[in-house]
Amino acid sequence: MMISARGLRKSYGGIEAVKGIDVEVSAGEAFGFLGPNGAGKSSTMRMIAAVSPVDAGSLEILGMDPATHGSEIRARLGVCPQEDSLDNELSVMENLVVYGRYFGLSRAEASSRAKEQLAFVQLTERAKSRVEDLSGGMKRRLSVARSLINQPDVLLLDEPTTGLDPQARHQLWDRLFRLKQQGVTLVLTTHYMDEAEQLCDRLVIMDNGVIVAAGSPLELIAAHSTREVTELRFGVGDNESMAEKVADLADRVEVLPDRLLLYTDDGEQASQAVHDRELHPVSSLVRRATLEDVFLRLTGRTLVD
Amino acid sequence: MISGVKSMRRTTQGVPGVRRPSLADLVPRMMPRLVDYWVTVYRRTWRGSVTTFLMPFLYLTAMGVGLGSFVDDNAGPRALDGLTYLAFIAPGLLATTAMQTAIGESTYPVMGAFKWHRVYFSMAATPLRVADIVGAQLAFVAFRILLTCTVFLGVLAAYGAVGSVGGGIAALLVVVLLGVAHAAPMIAITARMKSEAGFALVFRLGLIPMFLFSGAFFPITQLPDVIAWLARLTPIWHGVELSRMFTVGSVDGWAALGHLTYLVVVLVAGWYFAVTGFTRRLAQ
Ligand SMILES: Nc1ncnc2c1ncn2[C@@H]1O[C@H](COP(=O)(O)OP(=O)(O)OP(=O)(O)O)[C@@H](O)[C@H]1O
Ligand SMILES: [Mg+2]
Repeated sequence: MMISARGLRKSYGGIEAVKGIDVEVSAGEAFGFLGPNGAGKSSTMRMIAAVSPVDAGSLEILGMDPATHGSEIRARLGVCPQEDSLDNELSVMENLVVYGRYFGLSRAEASSRAKEQLAFVQLTERAKSRVEDLSGGMKRRLSVARSLINQPDVLLLDEPTTGLDPQARHQLWDRLFRLKQQGVTLVLTTHYMDEAEQLCDRLVIMDNGVIVAAGSPLELIAAHSTREVTELRFGVGDNESMAEKVADLADRVEVLPDRLLLYTDDGEQASQAVHDRELHPVSSLVRRATLEDVFLRLTGRTLVD
Repeated sequence: MISGVKSMRRTTQGVPGVRRPSLADLVPRMMPRLVDYWVTVYRRTWRGSVTTFLMPFLYLTAMGVGLGSFVDDNAGPRALDGLTYLAFIAPGLLATTAMQTAIGESTYPVMGAFKWHRVYFSMAATPLRVADIVGAQLAFVAFRILLTCTVFLGVLAAYGAVGSVGGGIAALLVVVLLGVAHAAPMIAITARMKSEAGFALVFRLGLIPMFLFSGAFFPITQLPDVIAWLARLTPIWHGVELSRMFTVGSVDGWAALGHLTYLVVVLVAGWYFAVTGFTRRLAQ
């Protein structure tokens, strides 16, 4: 077991950010924390990173207690924090080398690994640029490269793709897949269900400091949603009243401000039935159920507004 | 509801989960790993510190020579144990320069490393421990003080205000110790400050009174008793007395030992509170 937490808690002053969660991550797994703003994802990640002390509960990382073996644990972790903590005034290369030195690497070793990692995240041409001059997405990739300088056993990524354009996101996903193939355990947080579905073997959905569901993406969808969803958009304000008229066409109907969601195993059929009743939505769309639907089901809220 | 809670950890000053440091937590072990980082800081900032080398000329010309000739022509030598005013204030200027450099390097730069560029946080994510981070920060301040004060001492020597080479070197070591004895508690305070707005208060209520009543410019026996005793409690007074012994060349062994002990105690206490302060801040 790479990470094992029981009844993990964290509060800041009066705010309880993490309210007793249980998490187990085994070697080679890609594990995700999915949840809205303020769910407690970063607070949990910082405890796992052995930088933020645990208030209560037990936590073991790589078989060690972070309260007594923080340094030993951190030596084997790669950490990519939510906010980039790069040195803006130094070059891309210098950032990596200086950071590598913190892990006790020789200068030669640090710079050869730095070159490798820059190639891995496709920043080789920018090796000499000052970090200040990089785009947001490039900084994010540099943060990932930096977190790999010590060849970690476990890589912690707090919202690795926030702020990346779609192409850069897919590139980063591809890099993370490769790391996983090399046996690196990945732990990441995200707001994006597609990211969680793509990357994670197993994930937990967090809300308000607690875990509301856990499992593989498919398990979660099977357990908490129907196979398909029909989305209907009526005019603004009409969605509420239309919900009653279609209620019998699906297992469950969810009313959002801008649309209705009909949960059913056959979306086309539901869509046809709506049509047959001459209800004429402005648009209708049938799609596969996603983790977003699971989240909506469990919390009554959408993930990203 | 709290069935999952297996252990409540020892806490310090109401910050949940932050342990009181053990002796091992207070001892740095990996400071050499931070050398490369601090070299980059030096490369980025040395230009800005060049002008600090001007200060000794300004002070010595205005006070040592200008004010000094006035003092020496009057009651000065009698009140100053037969010293010229220049010889009297030279070690005081050296010591107060060390203090000012120490405080300067332990306020805004330390706040910045927590708040603006957050470099301490990226260090804390690695095997480095709090004591290593604090130790390297202090070592850098010590290096800055050593550099500034070496230049200062050179100027003092050129003005003929240093008794002997050995005395000069001893005074230099003393003011570096004095400097870190100020820097350690100051970074401990900075680590506990939310915003830099409080620095104005630190300068007004701490640095400037200590500068004026350090005994650098006149013997503190000239002050009302209460203020004189307050002045004796400040580390800067001990540093001024000690470095004066060495530049003038009349060392009183027991008094020197007392001053040294005082400075070391302040340094050790400052170190402790710096480590606890950094630990709490970095845990957030
Ligand atoms: N250092 C801190 N000091 C005080 N409160 C904090 C601190 N860090 C987090 N919190 C609070 O704890 C709660 C959980 O925050 P956390 O950053 O863990 O959420 P998150 O799931 O990472 O959210 P986001 O998706 O916005 O990053 C929030 O209410 C936040 O205000
Ligand atoms: Mg977060």
